[in-house]
Amino acid sequence: MDVPLEETPVYKVKSYKSDLKPIWCPGCGDFSVLSAIMRALTELQLPPHQVSLVSGIGCSSRLPAYSTLYGFHSVHGRALPVASGLKLSRPDLTVLAVGGDGDGFSIGGNHFIHACRRNVDMTYIVMDNSVYGMTKGQASPTTDPEWPGSKLTPDGPGVAAFKPLEMALSAGATFIARAFSGDPLEVARQICEGIQHPGFSFVHVLSPCVTYRPEQKTWRERVHEGFPEPTDDRREAFLRLLDDDAFSTGILYKGRTGAFQPHAEATTRAVALGDQFVI
Amino acid sequence: MAHTSVSIALTGSGGAGVMTAGQSLLDAAAKAGFYGLMGRTLGPQIRGGESAALLRLGTHPVQGTDDGYDIIVAFDWGNFARFHDEMPLNPGSVVIADPHNGAVPDVLAPSNPHVVMVPFHDLAKGIQGGRVNMVGLGLIAALIGLDQAFLIERLSRQLAGKGAEALAASKAGLEAGAGAAAAITGVAPLSAPDPARGERWSLTGNEAAGLGAIQGGVRFCAAYPITPATDVLEWLAPNLPKVGGMLVQCEDELASINMLLGASFGGTPSVTATSGPGLALMTESLGLAVASETPLVVVNVQRGGPSTGIPTKSEQSDLNIAVHGLHGDAPHVVTAPLSIGDCLFTTQWSVYLAESLQTPVIVLSDQVLGQSRAIIDRPADIAFIGRRRVPETLDASYRRYELTADGISPMALPGMEGASYTAEGLEHNPFGHPSTQTNFHEEQLAKRRRKVEGFDYGDPWAMTAGDPDADIVVLTWGSSTEPAREAMERVRAEGRRVRLVAARLIAPVPVDRLTAALEGARHVVVVEQNHSGQYCNLLRAHMDLPGTVHPLHRPGPLPLRPGEIVDHLRGL
Ligand SMILES: Cc1ncc(C[n+]2csc(CCOP(=O)(O)OP(=O)(O)O)c2C)c(N)n1
Ligand code: SF4
Repeated sequence: MDVPLEETPVYKVKSYKSDLKPIWCPGCGDFSVLSAIMRALTELQLPPHQVSLVSGIGCSSRLPAYSTLYGFHSVHGRALPVASGLKLSRPDLTVLAVGGDGDGFSIGGNHFIHACRRNVDMTYIVMDNSVYGMTKGQASPTTDPEWPGSKLTPDGPGVAAFKPLEMALSAGATFIARAFSGDPLEVARQICEGIQHPGFSFVHVLSPCVTYRPEQKTWRERVHEGFPEPTDDRREAFLRLLDDDAFSTGILYKGRTGAFQPHAEATTRAVALGDQFVI
Repeated sequence: MAHTSVSIALTGSGGAGVMTAGQSLLDAAAKAGFYGLMGRTLGPQIRGGESAALLRLGTHPVQGTDDGYDIIVAFDWGNFARFHDEMPLNPGSVVIADPHNGAVPDVLAPSNPHVVMVPFHDLAKGIQGGRVNMVGLGLIAALIGLDQAFLIERLSRQLAGKGAEALAASKAGLEAGAGAAAAITGVAPLSAPDPARGERWSLTGNEAAGLGAIQGGVRFCAAYPITPATDVLEWLAPNLPKVGGMLVQCEDELASINMLLGASFGGTPSVTATSGPGLALMTESLGLAVASETPLVVVNVQRGGPSTGIPTKSEQSDLNIAVHGLHGDAPHVVTAPLSIGDCLFTTQWSVYLAESLQTPVIVLSDQVLGQSRAIIDRPADIAFIGRRRVPETLDASYRRYELTADGISPMALPGMEGASYTAEGLEHNPFGHPSTQTNFHEEQLAKRRRKVEGFDYGDPWAMTAGDPDADIVVLTWGSSTEPAREAMERVRAEGRRVRLVAARLIAPVPVDRLTAALEGARHVVVVEQNHSGQYCNLLRAHMDLPGTVHPLHRPGPLPLRPGEIVDHLRGL
């Protein structure tokens, strides 16, 4: 890990864990992501009450309630704007947004693009299982076009899979990484770095759905460290993505554009604003 | 005989400068001590094309339009026929046009106006750098008895930096216009304004809404532009930073409303402004605001609907979506400003309601209120400032959605140690933990309803006027209030007894207060500007209105005129 654990940490992993028992299926990849988030926060020794965790709707979006953070379980696809509004108005907080691939790339796809461009200082963790888990197994934007597993699209969705990393890079994200939930230390490392990165950080986690995509058990064999070191060169990052088989892990890209954070000191009392209307 | 109010329309195609002239006339009249109102109407072109500045000046506060215009000044006729219905003529009106532009359009003939030809273009051409709109201004000022000195003062400020020639040309234009006015007879001037007067303001309803939001405590706005709400945002953008706040332009209204949820969850009172199409997109997350009990205010500046409808014209047809548009049983608050100036009060009060009740409030303004400019007395200070109930003790016993007597639960804010919780759109128990249990659903539904319906909204719920014991009641809401009030005054001047009840609080329907306000009514005339009588239907769903109910409604795009209501009242 890049960030050394303090000698006597004030916050332990359990400081971030609520008493609620996750509703996830045993073996769901999201368990590891939850632990990785706790681990990253422990590494950074962030006080739980100063961290906020926003989600949309889906199995993965149930995550905030399993934490002792200030959570917001919003509606399907809207985690990013909720998180952006919170961070912009409360820059003192550490803000994380989490959700699934349907939530983030389908119904929330427009927000994903604009969050990448807006570059608000927050970390977005997508638990991608290439399926809609919560609604019992339909194709998502990252599903293989030939996947025949859904009653909605028995011949496969027939649509080329969405490429989240390419999209993020094109849209202007300044921190882009991918990890596999089966390697929670790597997930935690990326989240740590993402939190410390000044701007929008996108951590794409391949997080298997054991129930509707049992074949994803083979992901463990398929993932490989494709991005050993981040580049700050967009051209190089695009080239890496052209060679990507969707299973390369590591931090792909770290840009240097400053975060978007409008800030103004109050110079006027609200009631004085009426003076401009005096004739 | 002098008038207490005069209505003037200045029309011409792009380049004639009717808007500048109208604005200068309003400003000068305000300086001279008159009250006034200016609306504008534009042809379908995005830029240029014909337009008209629509003014009403008076010795008393005027925040609504008259039945028609007393003076129409047409620098050219352009496509006048396409929007002449927005400029009906009062009896005895005068139409002043340039002979070079041919005869007065036939559409005006039925009103039988007094037509005067004034060669605006020739007069302007005779002046170095002369412009027709200055000639028109000089003429109008002379006709209505407005001292030219006030116009010159305005113009010297406007033209400061443009050189002495520009001002000289404008002055010469005013003189030429005044000269032409000398030949026009039969136009009564305005009475002299009251010399004793306090501070006056000049503002639009959209600016007033912005100010009300900030005065109520708003420090965050996220929004997507839409006519006719954009001016609220354009006013907020430079003014929020002055008080330490910010405006963020979003990718769409889904983002705007959800950014508001995030900001408000963080403790910052938040507002957005939109119009029908945007409100429709926001409804899912308004439901989230209800369920998660997150306060926020949406100023919905209504325009003609449905769909893209008539973006530039007013209508009160979003009441249904504002009240009923959310899925599930989702009690929330809907308010409506009663005049241009009241956009300030109602928006500020709405911020206070949202923060007090931890619920979304939709403010139903509209294009006529939002985009017209009025000269008003300095508004009284408003005591309503948003204050959120926060927990007193922060420990593990904290319940975000605690069942309290008044239904309002203390709301912890991120950063408060020991009281963290997850704001929840899933049904939940008092801790906020998701649950499908029957008792939790019932309790939370009841609690959310209790807080909104049991709240003491106080006197601001409505404005009442007229004869308190009259058996004819004009019941109205929002922008229909001014025409209704004027209609009531006209009928009272004829010796009839009438009272007015204008509701600021639309939802929850304040049944007890309405029942008290309508007591003894034999005729209830429900006035509003939409096709289906949405307010009347809402009331009938909630209560039995006394006496005979007379729904009086029609859609936009034309503004409601007092005369239409007078006709109805006379028939009772
Ligand atoms: C507006 C709206 N449309 C549809 C749904 C139904 N819905 C709930 S979750 C979900 C998809 C979840 O998939 P994903 O985001 O990939 O998360 P996962 O469950 O796989 O973790 C859908 C379609 C909803 N809640 N809201
Ligand atoms: S359905 Fe899939 S994604 Fe949802 S909890 Fe079960 S394994 Fe996880």
